[in-house]
Amino acid sequence: MDWQGQKLAEQLMQILLLIAAVVAFVVGYTTASFRTMMLIYAGGVVLTSLITVPNWPFFNRHPLKWLDPSEAEKHPKPQVVVSSKKKPSKK
Amino acid sequence: MHSFGYRANALLTFAVTILAFICAIASFSDNFSKQTPSAQIQLFRSLILLDSDVCGGKPVKILNINWFQKQPHGNDEVSLTLNITADLQSLYTWNTKQVFAFVAAEYETSKNSLNQVSLWDAIIPEKEHAKFWIQISNKYRFIDQGHNLRGKDFNLTLHWHVMPKTGKMFADKIVMSGYRLPDAYR
Repeated sequence: MDWQGQKLAEQLMQILLLIAAVVAFVVGYTTASFRTMMLIYAGGVVLTSLITVPNWPFFNRHPLKWLDPSEAEKHPKPQVVVSSKKKPSKK
Repeated sequence: MHSFGYRANALLTFAVTILAFICAIASFSDNFSKQTPSAQIQLFRSLILLDSDVCGGKPVKILNINWFQKQPHGNDEVSLTLNITADLQSLYTWNTKQVFAFVAAEYETSKNSLNQVSLWDAIIPEKEHAKFWIQISNKYRFIDQGHNLRGKDFNLTLHWHVMPKTGKMFADKIVMSGYRLPDAYR
């Protein structure tokens, strides 16, 4: 996923779970059935996980521009100079 | 939210937190239900042939006192036949798992200011069974600590505990007074 996709996934997850909870509670309260409420909420959780957890293509609409490998070879990484002094070992 | 496991974990945690909120609100909604339970226990003395109208209007009636004796260890024991009529249907809400009801005899002695002896109990899981009429002898033995029961006035109290599916348990009672044990053993 890209950055925009991650933000979208998180927002979708929160909103979908809240909606599932509200719908479940309202339906359960009006039908006086605790079981119905739990079933609707469980269904909502499963649906939300199917939408937000896998790496769907619509989460990757603003792909990050990674450097092309052939381009990277033309600009080698600078070498780090290692110091010749050795630290005295403590006993 | 950059990996599968990360998103799955966030989703599950949020889902369980919201579930806790749903259960709390469901429990809170119990406060809004109107509860009008009623009960009657009948006492009818077969020996003295008291007309039920004389002690009528009382919710609890004891049907008969079967026997009343002193145990070998010196404690009084009574056996009663109870005729219990109760309508606890209004206690049930959508969040009720079961109602536990029990009848206790309460009286005062010189040693204790309150004695409570449980005589009968029942677990009522369904609303349809909560309106009932039952005539039985006491399920649990009515034994005093001592020999104080002759001529004793006592109350019969119907207690109930409404056990929810989630959340707070409510308990309440109806006190029915005016019962009296005989003055002599028989």
